[in-house]
Amino acid sequence: MTDFFGWVILIPLIGAALTILLGNRLDPLVGLATSVLTLGAVFGLALNVWDLGEQRYAIGGWIVPLGINLYADGLSVLMLLMTAVVGLFVSLYSAGYFEPGSDREGWTEKEAFWPLWLFLWAALNALFLSADLFNLYVTLELLSLSAVALIVVAGGARALTAGMRYLLAAFLGSLTYLFGVAFIYASFGTLDLFNLAENIEGTSVALTAIGLMTVGLVLKTALFPLHFWLPQAHTSAPAPVSAVLSALVVKASFYMLVRLWFEAFPQTIDPSAGQFLGILGAAAIVWGAVQAIGQRRLKLLIAYSTVSQIGYLFLVMPLALAPLVDPGSLTPTWSFDAWRGGIYHALSHALAKASMFLAAGTVLYALGHDRIADLRGLAERLPMTTLAFAISGISLMGLPPTGGFVAKWLLLRASISSGQWWWAAVIVLGSLLAATYVVLVLRQMVQRGDEDLELRPVPKVMEVAAIGLAVCSLVLGLRAIEPLEFLEIGGPFLPGTGE
Amino acid sequence: MSQFTLYALASAGLFVLSLYSFITYAHLLRKILALNIMSSAVFLLLINVALRNRGEYPDPVPQAMVLTGIVVAVSTTAFALAIARRIYSSIGTTSLPNEEDLE
Repeated sequence: MTDFFGWVILIPLIGAALTILLGNRLDPLVGLATSVLTLGAVFGLALNVWDLGEQRYAIGGWIVPLGINLYADGLSVLMLLMTAVVGLFVSLYSAGYFEPGSDREGWTEKEAFWPLWLFLWAALNALFLSADLFNLYVTLELLSLSAVALIVVAGGARALTAGMRYLLAAFLGSLTYLFGVAFIYASFGTLDLFNLAENIEGTSVALTAIGLMTVGLVLKTALFPLHFWLPQAHTSAPAPVSAVLSALVVKASFYMLVRLWFEAFPQTIDPSAGQFLGILGAAAIVWGAVQAIGQRRLKLLIAYSTVSQIGYLFLVMPLALAPLVDPGSLTPTWSFDAWRGGIYHALSHALAKASMFLAAGTVLYALGHDRIADLRGLAERLPMTTLAFAISGISLMGLPPTGGFVAKWLLLRASISSGQWWWAAVIVLGSLLAATYVVLVLRQMVQRGDEDLELRPVPKVMEVAAIGLAVCSLVLGLRAIEPLEFLEIGGPFLPGTGE
Repeated sequence: MSQFTLYALASAGLFVLSLYSFITYAHLLRKILALNIMSSAVFLLLINVALRNRGEYPDPVPQAMVLTGIVVAVSTTAFALAIARRIYSSIGTTSLPNEEDLE
C-alpha cells in the first residue's frame, strides 16, 4: 500500500515551485501535468479509504501530541475529489484563457496565476486532510493568502479594493477562530479533533470558544449577513479565479464547521444554536437569490447566486441536530439525510458554480463585457458555453438528473421527517428564485442577435472545460450511490440506526 | 483572582478593544493595526496557557502555536500593507472606497 497522503499535498506544491522556476511558456504545461498527477494521487487515496476505511498518517513518523497527524475519511476524500475535478478543469480552462506570449511589463496576471493557483490547491488539500484545530488554522490562512493574491494580481482599483476587503474579513475571521482555539486548548489541553470529542465538556468557556470559532468560520464562509465581502471579491478576479473562489474556497471553512460541529462538539452544542445558523442560511437563500435577480452583470449575478447557495449548506445544522421527540440513544434518520444532503450540496454546487463562472468568463472573453441585457445571440455563436450555463443552472435549481437534485431531495426529506416543514418551504422557494435568475440570463442568450456581432475567437479548451464541469454535475446526479456511500466511511451519522 | 484569570481577562479586553477599533476606523492602517493588536490578544492568551500548564518547563505546544501565529500575522500584515499602498497609489485614498464610487 502506498501512502498517498504526502503526495496529495506535495504534488501541487512542487508544481507551484516549478512554475516559478521555469519560464512562463511552460507554465500551462506544468500546471496541467500537476493537475493530472494530483487527481491521480487523490484517486489513490480515495481507493485506499474505500477499501480500508479511515486512514491516519503521522507526518515524519512523529505521533500526536508532538507531531502532526493527517486524517482521511469519506468526507475528506470527497472534498479532495471535488477540488481535484474542479481543479483539473480550471487548469484546462486557464491554459486557454491566459494566452501564451503576452508581453506586459512586470509580474503579470498570467505569470502569477499558475504558482498562486497551485499553492492554493496545496493549501486546500492540506486543509481537507488536517485533523487538529491549529493545523486547520494554518492551512486556512495559507488558503486565504493565496486567494487574495489571485484577486489583487489582476490590478486595478476594483480588484485591489475587493481583495483588501476580503483580506481584512479573512484575517478577522481567522483571528476570531484562533481565539476560540486558544480557549479550547486552555480548557482541555488538546488540539486533536478526535481527542477533543472525547474530552470536551459543556463549560461556559467551551461554549464561548465554540461560539468564537463558529463566528470566525461563518465570516469566512460568507454566510448572510457576513457575506458583504464576497460578491466583489469573486467578480473582480479573472474567470478561473472566480470559479475557484466560489466553488472551492468557501467550502473549506464550511468543511471545518462541519468537522467541528458534528465530530468534535456534537454533544456540547445546543440545538437552538443550529436553528440560529439555519435561520441565517434561510435568509441567505432568499436574500442572495433576490439580489441575483436584480443584477445587470452576469458575474455579479453568479456571485450573488453563491451567497444564496451557501445558505443551503447551513440548513444542515438545524436539520441534523434536530432531536428525537422521544430521545433515545439512536441516531435519527433525518440527521443522516441532512448531513449527506449538505455535503452533497457542497459537491454539486462546486461543480455547477465552477462551470457557470467559467462559462461567464468565456462570455466576457468573447464579448468584452458581461451585461446581461446585451447577451442576445450568444446561443448561436457560443452554443457549448450556453449549454454549460444551462446545465449548471439546472443543477443550481435542483432539478433532476443533476447533483443539485440529489442534495435538495435529501435535505427536503430530512426536513419533512424531522417535522420541520418550514425548511422545506425555504428550499423550494430558493429553487424557484434560482430558476428565475437562471432563466433571465438564458432568455437573453437564446434570442436572435446581430448577425455581424464581433466576437473575439475563443480557444476551444475554454468551452470544453466549462461543459466538462457541467457534465460532471450531471454525473453526480446520475451516479449518486458511490459518493453517498463514501460519506458513511468515518461519518458521524450512520444509516438505519433509528426511526 | 489568579494570575491566569487576570491575563485571560486582559487578553479578552484587548480582543474587544481591537475589534472595536477595527470596526470604527476607516483608515486602512488603523484597521491593519487593530488586527495586529487582536493577534497579540490571542498570543497573550496562549502564552498564559503555556505558563499555567508548566511542570518543570512551560508547555511547549502553545508556544509553538504562538511562533507559527506570529509568522502568519507578519506575512498577512506585510501583504495587507502592500495592498494598502497599491490602493493609495492607484486611487489616492487611505480607506476603502464604496463600490458605487468605483463605477
